Amino acid sequence: MSGAILAEIKNISRYYGEIAAVRDVSFTIRQGEVLGFLGPNGAGKTTTMQIISGNLAPNTGRVLIAGHDLLEDPRAAKAALGYLPESPPLYRELTVDEYLDYCAALNRLPRAGRRAAREAAKEKCGLHDAGRRLIGNLSKGFQQRVGVAQAIIHMPPLVILDEPTVGLDPIQIREIRALIRELGKEHGVILSTHILPEVQEVCDTVQIIHRGELVLNESIAGLARHMKSASLTVAFHHPPGHEVLARIPGVTEVRAERDGRLHLFHDAGRDPTEEIIRLASQHGWGLHEIRPGRVSLEQVFVELTSREGAAAAAAAS
Amino acid sequence: MIGTIAMRELRALFLSPLAWTILAVVQLILAFLFLGRVELVQISQSQLLAIENAPGTTAIVLPDLLGNAAIILLLVTPLLTMRLVSEERRNRTLSLLFSAPVSMTEIILGKYVGIMLFLLLLLALIALMPLSLLLGGGLDAGLLVSGLLGLALLLAGFAAVGLFLSTMTQHPPVAAVGAFGALLLFWVLDWSGQGVAGGGVLAALSMFNHYKPFLDGVFDSADAAYHLLLVTTFLALSILRLDAERLGG
Repeated sequence: MSGAILAEIKNISRYYGEIAAVRDVSFTIRQGEVLGFLGPNGAGKTTTMQIISGNLAPNTGRVLIAGHDLLEDPRAAKAALGYLPESPPLYRELTVDEYLDYCAALNRLPRAGRRAAREAAKEKCGLHDAGRRLIGNLSKGFQQRVGVAQAIIHMPPLVILDEPTVGLDPIQIREIRALIRELGKEHGVILSTHILPEVQEVCDTVQIIHRGELVLNESIAGLARHMKSASLTVAFHHPPGHEVLARIPGVTEVRAERDGRLHLFHDAGRDPTEEIIRLASQHGWGLHEIRPGRVSLEQVFVELTSREGAAAAAAAS
Repeated sequence: MIGTIAMRELRALFLSPLAWTILAVVQLILAFLFLGRVELVQISQSQLLAIENAPGTTAIVLPDLLGNAAIILLLVTPLLTMRLVSEERRNRTLSLLFSAPVSMTEIILGKYVGIMLFLLLLLALIALMPLSLLLGGGLDAGLLVSGLLGLALLLAGFAAVGLFLSTMTQHPPVAAVGAFGALLLFWVLDWSGQGVAGGGVLAALSMFNHYKPFLDGVFDSADAAYHLLLVTTFLALSILRLDAERLGG
């Protein structure tokens, strides 16, 4: 968190007619930082990415990339960023090498350095064998990699990736995530996604956007606190009565789920896992599954947004 | 930078069968018309000899050939220009250009130069036909140069209008129909205005009126200025349109 400031986003807003897609969003990103931009569909993620990448002008506010204003000095600002939109901007009729050479030229790399830049980008994205293949014939995962290669070919300080792992198989997702972490060492990366594990795995900072407004801007550790689940999912072969479980210290509520599992809510500080296991073996309940209740992004999100609402209401009264 | 974009545009044209088909079809039709005209010269040679101050072969063959070429290219140019921006918008590749350190002007000029290189190649192929007459006789070089220059200026206008219409939509066929309609309108502008007040203005705007003098070997700088003005106007409109896409929405 000590690197130089790469991008400063100041109070940007963007309206589509009456609808505010993004409202008064501000944040900064530093070198060596991977910033996760979370939000459900339609929350304004892509609009924000488009504004930062210069594809869309904000109605109000400023974007500074590496100290250059994106509207007043677009050439210098855009030279400092690489952007992978939601659907990679690929020319299907070109080969990977031709395409990357074109991107290198567009980003004003000197002619002598283009070949080296292309090879380095291909190496990073695992494309060394695909150079002479037509982009249109590549699989979705490889096309996505070409998209990432395109965004980093000129080694920009800031890399913006909009949902880079959508539509990939699990192995490809792992590879892309590893690549993002790798990029995060030297560059600043803004990663837009709606997949929570992705953020937990690769990001240093998390932002949640909801209805065009930032509702959370915190480090990954902070998010983990938000997510600390106060529930357990358990399954028994010979389940005891609910009232037996409810008497276990710390358990506040027992709820049966449709598939026969039980959902136990407990006080945040008092995890009853050990007690349950002890009792289960003692009474022969046949415990065969116990795990912390999974909190989905949706739940964190609902929690956050409702809390925001409640806080606002409290502040108003 | 303009060169980079232009070369990609040219390459994309030749990677699709469309460009090849257009080159072949245009060449075939024009060759047919050209041969017909040459035959006419051959048949009526004896009669021509009898006339004092008879028109030369060039004067008989060339204006007719280039006049036909203009009409065929009016039909064909929209097919070449329709994809320029609309297809990039449709395939969402425009953001590659928008997030690169390239200005809107460079994007538009690059695309325009690319399509113009193709059209000039087409023009060169057409020029080969009258030039082949050199094998059997002389040519009026002045008339040839003036005619080809006229056609080149006309094509520059066609391409600029086509490019502008392509920035307006994300459906290439819509861009093609729009460009075709606009060009046809510019072409026939003086037909209806005759005898009516204001007809003179319409006639002055008509593309055809500014093309015909070139075919007769008359180079009027006003005609050239008309075409250059047309090109500049539509290129400027294209740049504004692309810019508006970023600002508006």
